[in-house]
Amino acid sequence: MSNTNTLSKSFAIHFRVIGALLMRETITRYGRHNIGFLWLFVEPMLFTSGVTTLWTLFEAHQYSNIPIAAFALTGYSTVLLWRNMPGRCSGAIEPNLTLMYHRNVKVIDIFASRILLEIAGTTASFITLGIIFTIIGWIKPPEDILKVMFGWFMIIWFGAALSLGIGALCERSEIIEKLWHPTAYFMFPLSGAGFMVDWLPTTAQKYILFLPMVHGVEILREGYFGSSVHPHYDMTYMAIVNLCLTLLGLSQVRVVSRTVMPE
Amino acid sequence: MIQITNLVKRYHTRQGENTVLDHINLLVTPGEKVGILGRNGSGKSTLIRLISGAEQPTSGTVIRNMTVSWPLAFGGGFQGSLTGVDNLRFICRVYGTTTDDKIPFVQEFSELGKYLREPVKTYSSGMRARLAFAISMVIEFDCFLIDEVISVGDARFHAKCRKELFEKRSHRAMIMVSHEAHNIREHCSRACVIDNGKLLEFTNIEAAYEYYQAN
Repeated sequence: MSNTNTLSKSFAIHFRVIGALLMRETITRYGRHNIGFLWLFVEPMLFTSGVTTLWTLFEAHQYSNIPIAAFALTGYSTVLLWRNMPGRCSGAIEPNLTLMYHRNVKVIDIFASRILLEIAGTTASFITLGIIFTIIGWIKPPEDILKVMFGWFMIIWFGAALSLGIGALCERSEIIEKLWHPTAYFMFPLSGAGFMVDWLPTTAQKYILFLPMVHGVEILREGYFGSSVHPHYDMTYMAIVNLCLTLLGLSQVRVVSRTVMPE
Repeated sequence: MIQITNLVKRYHTRQGENTVLDHINLLVTPGEKVGILGRNGSGKSTLIRLISGAEQPTSGTVIRNMTVSWPLAFGGGFQGSLTGVDNLRFICRVYGTTTDDKIPFVQEFSELGKYLREPVKTYSSGMRARLAFAISMVIEFDCFLIDEVISVGDARFHAKCRKELFEKRSHRAMIMVSHEAHNIREHCSRACVIDNGKLLEFTNIEAAYEYYQAN
Protein backbone atom coordinates (compact mmCIF):
# COMPACT_ATOMS: atom_id res chain seq x y z
CA MET A 1 0.00 0.00 0.00
CA SER A 2 1.38 3.42 -0.91
CA ASN A 3 1.99 6.08 1.69
CA THR A 4 -0.65 8.48 0.40
CA ASN A 5 -3.13 5.66 0.52
CA THR A 6 -2.49 4.92 4.20
CA LEU A 7 -2.48 8.62 5.01
CA SER A 8 -5.87 9.23 3.42
CA LYS A 9 -7.18 6.09 5.09
CA SER A 10 -5.98 7.30 8.44
CA PHE A 11 -7.63 10.70 7.85
CA ALA A 12 -10.86 8.90 6.97
CA ILE A 13 -10.70 7.04 10.31
CA HIS A 14 -10.04 10.26 12.22
CA PHE A 15 -13.02 11.98 10.59
CA ARG A 16 -15.25 9.00 11.34
CA VAL A 17 -14.18 8.86 14.98
CA ILE A 18 -14.45 12.62 15.46
CA GLY A 19 -17.92 12.46 13.91
CA ALA A 20 -18.98 9.72 16.31
CA LEU A 21 -17.52 11.63 19.26
CA LEU A 22 -19.30 14.81 18.16
CA MET A 23 -22.67 13.08 18.15
CA ARG A 24 -21.99 11.44 21.47
CA GLU A 25 -20.74 14.65 23.05
CA THR A 26 -23.79 16.58 21.86
CA ILE A 27 -26.20 14.06 23.34
CA THR A 28 -24.35 13.65 26.65
CA ARG A 29 -23.91 17.38 27.10
CA TYR A 30 -27.28 18.66 26.05
CA GLY A 31 -29.46 15.58 26.20
CA ARG A 32 -32.67 15.12 24.31
CA HIS A 33 -34.82 17.09 26.72
CA ASN A 34 -36.35 20.51 26.08
CA ILE A 35 -34.37 22.35 23.39
CA GLY A 36 -31.62 19.72 23.33
CA PHE A 37 -28.64 20.53 21.20
CA LEU A 38 -29.85 24.08 20.59
CA TRP A 39 -28.24 24.80 23.97
CA LEU A 40 -25.02 24.55 22.02
CA PHE A 41 -25.44 28.13 20.89
CA VAL A 42 -28.21 29.36 23.19
CA GLU A 43 -25.83 29.04 26.13
CA PRO A 44 -23.13 31.36 24.71
CA MET A 45 -25.90 33.63 23.43
CA LEU A 46 -27.21 34.03 26.96
CA PHE A 47 -23.72 34.87 28.18
CA THR A 48 -23.13 37.46 25.50
CA SER A 49 -26.61 38.97 25.89
CA GLY A 50 -26.10 39.23 29.66
CA VAL A 51 -22.76 40.94 29.28
CA THR A 52 -24.18 43.25 26.63
CA THR A 53 -27.00 44.24 28.98
CA LEU A 54 -24.63 44.82 31.90
CA TRP A 55 -22.25 46.93 29.87
CA THR A 56 -25.14 48.93 28.44
CA LEU A 57 -26.55 49.61 31.93
CA PHE A 58 -23.20 50.70 33.35
CA GLU A 59 -22.18 52.57 30.20
CA ALA A 60 -18.89 50.75 30.40
CA HIS A 61 -17.14 52.68 27.68
CA GLN A 62 -17.00 56.41 27.56
CA TYR A 63 -14.23 56.60 25.01
CA SER A 64 -15.86 55.84 21.77
CA ASN A 65 -18.80 56.32 19.50
CA ILE A 66 -19.23 52.58 18.90
CA PRO A 67 -22.60 51.36 20.15
CA ILE A 68 -22.13 49.44 23.37
CA ALA A 69 -24.11 46.43 22.14
CA ALA A 70 -21.83 46.02 19.16
CA PHE A 71 -18.83 46.45 21.39
CA ALA A 72 -19.98 43.77 23.82
CA LEU A 73 -20.94 41.39 21.03
CA THR A 74 -17.59 41.63 19.25
CA GLY A 75 -15.68 41.53 22.54
CA TYR A 76 -17.37 38.94 24.64
CA SER A 77 -17.91 36.46 21.82
CA THR A 78 -14.16 36.30 21.27
CA VAL A 79 -13.59 35.68 24.98
CA LEU A 80 -15.99 32.74 24.86
CA LEU A 81 -14.02 31.43 21.93
CA TRP A 82 -10.54 31.30 23.47
CA ARG A 83 -11.66 30.65 27.01
CA ASN A 84 -14.21 27.86 26.59
CA MET A 85 -12.23 25.67 24.20
CA PRO A 86 -9.33 25.10 26.63
CA GLY A 87 -11.86 24.85 29.46
CA ARG A 88 -13.61 22.00 27.67
CA CYS A 89 -10.33 20.28 26.87
CA SER A 90 -8.96 20.32 30.39
CA GLY A 91 -9.99 17.05 32.00
CA ALA A 92 -11.45 15.82 28.71
CA ILE A 93 -9.58 12.53 28.68
CA GLU A 94 -10.67 11.06 31.98
CA PRO A 95 -14.43 10.77 31.27
CA ASN A 96 -13.57 9.30 27.86
CA LEU A 97 -11.07 6.71 29.05
CA THR A 98 -13.45 3.82 28.57
CA LEU A 99 -13.82 4.73 24.89
CA MET A 100 -10.11 4.43 24.42
CA TYR A 101 -10.44 0.66 24.47
CA HIS A 102 -11.21 1.21 20.81
CA ARG A 103 -7.88 1.56 19.08
CA ASN A 104 -9.11 4.21 16.66
CA VAL A 105 -10.24 6.58 19.38
CA LYS A 106 -7.20 8.74 20.06
CA VAL A 107 -6.58 11.58 22.48
CA ILE A 108 -6.42 14.04 19.57
CA ASP A 109 -9.91 12.94 18.44
CA ILE A 110 -11.37 13.66 21.85
CA PHE A 111 -9.83 17.12 21.90
CA ALA A 112 -10.79 17.79 18.28
CA SER A 113 -14.43 16.88 18.84
CA ARG A 114 -14.72 19.12 21.89
CA ILE A 115 -12.94 21.99 20.13
CA LEU A 116 -15.18 21.67 17.05
CA LEU A 117 -18.32 21.63 19.17
CA GLU A 118 -17.20 24.75 21.00
CA ILE A 119 -16.35 26.51 17.72
CA ALA A 120 -19.72 25.60 16.26
CA GLY A 121 -21.65 26.81 19.30
CA THR A 122 -19.80 30.08 19.75
CA THR A 123 -19.80 30.89 16.05
CA ALA A 124 -23.53 30.16 15.73
CA SER A 125 -24.15 32.36 18.76
CA PHE A 126 -22.03 35.20 17.34
CA ILE A 127 -23.80 35.09 13.98
CA THR A 128 -27.28 34.77 15.46
CA LEU A 129 -26.81 37.64 17.90
CA GLY A 130 -25.20 39.72 15.16
CA ILE A 131 -28.26 39.21 12.98
CA ILE A 132 -30.70 39.86 15.84
CA PHE A 133 -28.90 43.03 16.96
CA THR A 134 -28.80 44.26 13.37
CA ILE A 135 -32.50 43.60 12.84
CA ILE A 136 -33.53 45.44 15.99
CA GLY A 137 -31.21 48.27 15.03
CA TRP A 138 -28.64 48.09 17.85
CA ILE A 139 -25.76 47.73 15.46
CA LYS A 140 -24.99 48.24 11.81
CA PRO A 141 -23.97 45.32 9.62
CA PRO A 142 -20.19 44.79 9.49
CA GLU A 143 -18.31 47.05 7.08
CA ASP A 144 -15.87 44.39 5.94
CA ILE A 145 -17.20 40.92 6.60
CA LEU A 146 -14.08 39.20 5.29
CA LYS A 147 -11.96 41.00 7.87
CA VAL A 148 -14.41 39.96 10.59
CA MET A 149 -14.18 36.37 9.41
CA PHE A 150 -10.40 36.53 9.29
CA GLY A 151 -10.20 37.91 12.84
CA TRP A 152 -12.68 35.29 14.03
CA PHE A 153 -10.69 32.53 12.34
CA MET A 154 -7.44 33.70 13.91
CA ILE A 155 -8.98 33.64 17.38
CA ILE A 156 -10.37 30.17 16.67
CA TRP A 157 -6.88 29.06 15.71
CA PHE A 158 -5.43 30.62 18.86
CA GLY A 159 -8.11 29.00 21.05
CA ALA A 160 -7.77 25.58 19.41
CA ALA A 161 -3.97 25.56 19.68
CA LEU A 162 -4.17 26.68 23.30
CA SER A 163 -6.73 23.94 23.98
CA LEU A 164 -4.47 21.18 22.73
CA GLY A 165 -1.68 22.41 24.98
CA ILE A 166 -3.85 23.04 28.04
CA GLY A 167 -5.78 19.80 27.55
CA ALA A 168 -2.63 17.70 27.31
CA LEU A 169 -0.76 19.50 30.08
CA CYS A 170 -3.74 19.20 32.45
CA GLU A 171 -3.50 15.46 31.89
CA ARG A 172 0.17 15.50 32.82
CA SER A 173 -0.09 17.73 35.84
CA GLU A 174 -2.93 18.75 38.11
CA ILE A 175 -1.20 22.05 38.82
CA ILE A 176 -1.80 23.20 35.25
CA GLU A 177 -5.48 22.42 35.65
CA LYS A 178 -5.61 24.44 38.86
CA LEU A 179 -3.68 27.34 37.33
CA TRP A 180 -5.56 27.52 34.04
CA HIS A 181 -8.87 28.71 35.50
CA PRO A 182 -7.52 31.74 37.39
CA THR A 183 -5.26 32.55 34.43
CA ALA A 184 -8.20 32.53 32.04
CA TYR A 185 -10.13 34.67 34.49
CA PHE A 186 -7.41 37.30 34.75
CA MET A 187 -6.82 37.30 31.01
CA PHE A 188 -10.39 38.34 30.34
CA PRO A 189 -9.95 42.05 31.25
CA LEU A 190 -6.64 42.10 29.35
CA SER A 191 -7.89 40.33 26.25
CA GLY A 192 -9.12 43.37 24.38
CA ALA A 193 -12.76 42.42 24.82
CA GLY A 194 -13.54 45.43 27.01
CA PHE A 195 -11.36 48.07 25.37
CA MET A 196 -9.66 49.12 22.17
CA VAL A 197 -5.87 49.22 22.26
CA ASP A 198 -6.02 52.80 20.98
CA TRP A 199 -7.65 53.95 24.25
CA LEU A 200 -4.64 52.86 26.29
CA PRO A 201 -1.51 54.90 27.04
CA THR A 202 1.24 54.21 24.50
CA THR A 203 3.44 52.30 26.96
CA ALA A 204 0.56 50.02 27.92
CA GLN A 205 -0.25 49.39 24.25
CA LYS A 206 3.17 47.90 23.74
CA TYR A 207 2.67 45.36 26.51
CA ILE A 208 -0.93 44.51 25.85
CA LEU A 209 -0.05 43.66 22.25
CA PHE A 210 2.04 40.76 23.52
CA LEU A 211 -1.27 38.97 24.05
CA PRO A 212 -2.16 37.31 20.74
CA MET A 213 -5.94 37.44 21.11
CA VAL A 214 -5.84 41.24 21.35
CA HIS A 215 -4.71 41.37 17.71
CA GLY A 216 -7.63 39.18 16.68
CA VAL A 217 -10.19 41.33 18.49
CA GLU A 218 -8.70 44.50 17.00
CA ILE A 219 -8.90 43.29 13.41
CA LEU A 220 -12.38 41.89 13.99
CA ARG A 221 -13.55 45.26 15.26
CA GLU A 222 -11.90 47.03 12.35
CA GLY A 223 -13.88 44.73 10.08
CA TYR A 224 -17.07 45.50 11.97
CA PHE A 225 -16.77 49.24 12.57
CA GLY A 226 -14.32 50.24 9.86
CA SER A 227 -13.23 53.84 9.91
CA SER A 228 -14.75 54.68 13.29
CA VAL A 229 -11.99 52.81 15.14
CA HIS A 230 -8.20 52.96 15.13
CA PRO A 231 -7.07 49.36 15.38
CA HIS A 232 -3.61 48.17 16.37
CA TYR A 233 -2.68 44.74 15.21
CA ASP A 234 0.05 42.63 13.67
CA MET A 235 -1.44 39.50 12.19
CA THR A 236 1.97 38.06 11.36
CA TYR A 237 2.82 38.19 15.04
CA MET A 238 -0.45 36.48 15.92
CA ALA A 239 0.07 33.81 13.26
CA ILE A 240 3.57 33.06 14.54
CA VAL A 241 2.35 32.75 18.13
CA ASN A 242 -0.52 30.53 16.97
CA LEU A 243 1.83 28.35 14.99
CA CYS A 244 4.18 27.92 17.95
CA LEU A 245 1.24 27.12 20.23
CA THR A 246 -0.05 24.58 17.71
CA LEU A 247 3.28 22.78 17.50
CA LEU A 248 3.68 22.85 21.26
CA GLY A 249 0.11 21.61 21.72
CA LEU A 250 0.47 18.77 19.23
CA SER A 251 3.75 17.67 20.78
CA GLN A 252 2.14 17.57 24.22
CA VAL A 253 -0.82 15.61 22.88
CA ARG A 254 1.64 13.12 21.45
CA VAL A 255 3.39 12.74 24.78
CA VAL A 256 0.10 12.21 26.58
CA SER A 257 -1.18 9.72 23.98
CA ARG A 258 1.74 7.48 24.74
CA THR A 259 0.99 7.30 28.42
CA VAL A 260 -2.79 7.23 28.43
CA MET A 261 -4.23 4.00 29.80
CA PRO A 262 -7.80 2.96 29.06
CA GLU A 263 -9.90 2.30 32.13
CA MET B 1 -1.21 -12.32 11.29
CA ILE B 2 -0.22 -10.54 14.48
CA GLN B 3 3.45 -10.17 15.10
CA ILE B 4 4.69 -8.97 18.46
CA THR B 5 8.37 -8.12 18.59
CA ASN B 6 10.42 -7.21 21.66
CA LEU B 7 7.43 -5.66 23.36
CA VAL B 8 8.23 -3.81 26.57
CA LYS B 9 5.81 -2.01 28.85
CA ARG B 10 6.90 -0.04 31.87
CA TYR B 11 4.74 2.01 34.19
CA HIS B 12 5.80 4.87 36.38
CA THR B 13 4.88 4.16 39.96
CA ARG B 14 5.67 5.92 43.20
CA GLN B 15 8.38 3.35 43.80
CA GLY B 16 9.99 4.03 40.44
CA GLU B 17 9.74 2.22 37.14
CA ASN B 18 7.87 -1.04 37.08
CA THR B 19 8.48 -3.34 34.12
CA VAL B 20 5.26 -5.23 33.50
CA LEU B 21 6.16 -6.81 30.18
CA ASP B 22 9.78 -7.47 29.35
CA HIS B 23 10.72 -8.15 25.71
CA ILE B 24 7.78 -10.24 24.66
CA ASN B 25 7.64 -12.00 21.30
CA LEU B 26 4.61 -13.74 19.87
CA LEU B 27 3.27 -14.66 16.46
CA VAL B 28 -0.41 -15.39 15.93
CA THR B 29 -1.46 -16.71 12.53
CA PRO B 30 -5.00 -16.48 11.08
CA GLY B 31 -7.42 -18.87 12.75
CA GLU B 32 -5.03 -19.74 15.54
CA LYS B 33 -6.29 -19.80 19.13
CA VAL B 34 -3.72 -18.81 21.69
CA GLY B 35 -4.30 -18.93 25.40
CA ILE B 36 -2.22 -16.91 27.84
CA LEU B 37 -2.13 -17.97 31.45
CA GLY B 38 -1.02 -15.69 34.23
CA ARG B 39 -1.66 -14.85 37.84
CA ASN B 40 -3.55 -11.75 38.90
CA GLY B 41 -1.42 -8.72 38.18
CA SER B 42 1.01 -10.58 35.94
CA GLY B 43 0.31 -8.25 33.00
CA LYS B 44 -2.25 -10.28 31.02
CA SER B 45 -4.67 -7.41 30.56
CA THR B 46 -1.84 -5.03 29.78
CA LEU B 47 -0.68 -7.38 27.04
CA ILE B 48 -4.20 -7.61 25.60
CA ARG B 49 -4.53 -3.81 25.60
CA LEU B 50 -1.17 -3.47 23.85
CA ILE B 51 -2.17 -6.03 21.23
CA SER B 52 -5.47 -4.25 20.69
CA GLY B 53 -3.64 -0.95 20.22
CA ALA B 54 -5.61 0.77 22.96
CA GLU B 55 -2.36 1.39 24.78
CA GLN B 56 1.08 2.19 23.42
CA PRO B 57 4.15 0.09 24.27
CA THR B 58 7.22 1.58 25.94
CA SER B 59 9.25 -0.06 23.18
CA GLY B 60 8.87 -2.84 20.65
CA THR B 61 6.19 -3.30 18.01
CA VAL B 62 2.84 -4.92 17.41
CA ILE B 63 2.12 -5.49 13.72
CA ARG B 64 -1.50 -6.27 12.90
CA ASN B 65 -2.09 -7.69 9.44
CA MET B 66 -5.63 -8.73 10.27
CA THR B 67 -8.46 -6.86 11.91
CA VAL B 68 -8.22 -7.14 15.66
CA SER B 69 -11.06 -6.59 18.10
CA TRP B 70 -10.99 -4.43 21.19
CA PRO B 71 -10.48 -6.36 24.47
CA LEU B 72 -13.75 -8.20 24.50
CA ALA B 73 -16.62 -8.08 26.95
CA PHE B 74 -15.12 -5.58 29.28
CA GLY B 75 -18.04 -4.14 31.22
CA GLY B 76 -17.02 -0.54 30.58
CA GLY B 77 -16.80 1.46 27.43
CA PHE B 78 -20.20 2.93 27.98
CA GLN B 79 -21.33 6.45 28.58
CA GLY B 80 -23.77 6.09 31.47
CA SER B 81 -26.08 8.88 30.42
CA LEU B 82 -26.48 7.42 26.95
CA THR B 83 -28.91 4.65 26.15
CA GLY B 84 -27.84 1.18 25.05
CA VAL B 85 -28.78 2.04 21.47
CA ASP B 86 -26.75 5.26 21.56
CA ASN B 87 -23.74 3.35 22.81
CA LEU B 88 -24.20 0.79 20.04
CA ARG B 89 -24.47 3.62 17.55
CA PHE B 90 -21.23 5.16 18.80
CA ILE B 91 -19.31 1.93 18.41
CA CYS B 92 -20.77 1.27 14.96
CA ARG B 93 -19.76 4.77 13.87
CA VAL B 94 -16.24 4.33 15.22
CA TYR B 95 -15.84 1.08 13.28
CA GLY B 96 -17.48 2.53 10.19
CA THR B 97 -20.54 0.32 9.93
CA THR B 98 -24.29 0.88 9.94
CA THR B 99 -26.29 0.69 13.15
CA ASP B 100 -29.95 0.17 12.39
CA ASP B 101 -29.58 -3.35 11.03
CA LYS B 102 -27.66 -4.35 14.19
CA ILE B 103 -30.32 -3.28 16.68
CA PRO B 104 -32.53 -6.41 16.41
CA PHE B 105 -29.57 -8.72 17.09
CA VAL B 106 -28.40 -6.70 20.08
CA GLN B 107 -31.95 -6.46 21.40
CA GLU B 108 -32.44 -10.19 21.09
CA PHE B 109 -29.03 -11.28 22.29
CA SER B 110 -28.70 -8.94 25.25
CA GLU B 111 -32.25 -9.72 26.43
CA LEU B 112 -32.53 -6.12 27.55
CA GLY B 113 -35.98 -5.57 26.05
CA LYS B 114 -37.13 -1.99 26.34
CA TYR B 115 -34.17 -1.22 28.58
CA LEU B 116 -32.04 -1.03 25.44
CA ARG B 117 -33.49 2.44 25.00
CA GLU B 118 -32.88 3.51 28.59
CA PRO B 119 -29.69 5.16 29.91
CA VAL B 120 -26.97 2.62 30.67
CA LYS B 121 -26.54 4.08 34.18
CA THR B 122 -29.88 2.50 35.11
CA TYR B 123 -28.56 -0.99 34.23
CA SER B 124 -27.38 -3.62 36.67
CA SER B 125 -23.84 -4.92 36.19
CA GLY B 126 -25.23 -8.09 34.60
CA MET B 127 -27.24 -6.04 32.11
CA ARG B 128 -24.16 -4.00 31.23
CA ALA B 129 -22.14 -7.13 30.65
CA ARG B 130 -24.86 -8.55 28.40
CA LEU B 131 -24.99 -5.33 26.39
CA ALA B 132 -21.19 -5.25 26.13
CA PHE B 133 -21.02 -8.79 24.83
CA ALA B 134 -23.87 -8.29 22.37
CA ILE B 135 -22.27 -5.12 20.99
CA SER B 136 -18.90 -6.80 20.63
CA MET B 137 -20.52 -9.45 18.45
CA VAL B 138 -21.91 -7.02 15.86
CA ILE B 139 -18.53 -5.88 14.54
CA GLU B 140 -16.67 -8.63 12.73
CA PHE B 141 -12.95 -9.17 13.28
CA ASP B 142 -10.35 -11.66 12.08
CA CYS B 143 -8.97 -11.93 15.57
CA PHE B 144 -10.78 -11.60 18.87
CA LEU B 145 -9.02 -10.53 22.04
CA ILE B 146 -10.66 -12.06 25.06
CA ASP B 147 -9.92 -10.93 28.57
CA GLU B 148 -11.53 -13.32 31.07
CA VAL B 149 -14.63 -13.10 28.93
CA ILE B 150 -16.46 -16.12 30.24
CA SER B 151 -17.30 -14.47 33.52
CA VAL B 152 -20.30 -12.70 31.98
CA GLY B 153 -23.87 -13.08 33.24
CA ASP B 154 -25.66 -16.21 34.40
CA ALA B 155 -25.24 -19.80 33.21
CA ARG B 156 -27.76 -19.54 30.39
CA PHE B 157 -26.15 -16.38 29.07
CA HIS B 158 -22.77 -18.10 29.36
CA ALA B 159 -23.95 -20.80 27.05
CA LYS B 160 -25.22 -18.25 24.54
CA CYS B 161 -21.92 -16.40 24.57
CA ARG B 162 -19.94 -19.58 24.07
CA LYS B 163 -22.10 -20.53 21.12
CA GLU B 164 -21.80 -17.09 19.53
CA LEU B 165 -18.09 -16.70 20.09
CA PHE B 166 -16.57 -20.18 19.99
CA GLU B 167 -18.95 -22.03 17.68
CA LYS B 168 -20.15 -19.46 15.16
CA ARG B 169 -16.74 -17.78 15.03
CA SER B 170 -14.64 -20.89 15.38
CA HIS B 171 -12.56 -20.16 12.26
CA ARG B 172 -11.36 -16.82 13.62
CA ALA B 173 -8.12 -16.27 15.45
CA MET B 174 -8.33 -15.66 19.18
CA ILE B 175 -6.03 -14.54 21.92
CA MET B 176 -7.48 -15.35 25.29
CA VAL B 177 -6.00 -14.44 28.65
CA SER B 178 -7.15 -16.10 31.82
CA HIS B 179 -6.00 -17.14 35.24
CA GLU B 180 -8.17 -20.21 35.00
CA ALA B 181 -6.66 -23.03 32.99
CA HIS B 182 -9.92 -24.76 32.09
CA ASN B 183 -11.07 -21.89 29.82
CA ILE B 184 -7.86 -22.10 27.88
CA ARG B 185 -7.79 -25.86 27.78
CA GLU B 186 -11.29 -25.85 26.36
CA HIS B 187 -10.88 -23.26 23.62
CA CYS B 188 -7.23 -22.89 22.68
CA SER B 189 -4.82 -24.79 20.48
CA ARG B 190 -1.68 -23.42 22.10
CA ALA B 191 -0.83 -21.84 25.44
CA CYS B 192 1.71 -19.44 26.89
CA VAL B 193 2.40 -18.35 30.44
CA ILE B 194 3.25 -14.84 31.57
CA ASP B 195 5.68 -15.04 34.44
CA ASN B 196 7.76 -12.15 35.78
CA GLY B 197 7.14 -10.06 32.69
CA LYS B 198 8.34 -12.79 30.33
CA LEU B 199 6.12 -14.71 27.94
CA LEU B 200 6.96 -18.40 27.91
CA GLU B 201 5.76 -20.47 24.98
CA PHE B 202 5.00 -24.15 25.38
CA THR B 203 4.60 -26.90 22.84
CA ASN B 204 1.35 -28.12 24.34
CA ILE B 205 -1.27 -26.84 26.73
CA GLU B 206 -0.54 -29.42 29.42
CA ALA B 207 3.09 -28.35 29.64
CA ALA B 208 1.99 -24.72 29.99
CA TYR B 209 -0.49 -25.69 32.64
CA GLU B 210 2.07 -27.67 34.61
CA TYR B 211 4.48 -24.77 34.56
CA TYR B 212 1.72 -22.41 35.63
CA GLN B 213 0.70 -24.63 38.53
CA ALA B 214 4.29 -25.14 39.66
CA ASN B 215 5.10 -21.44 39.73
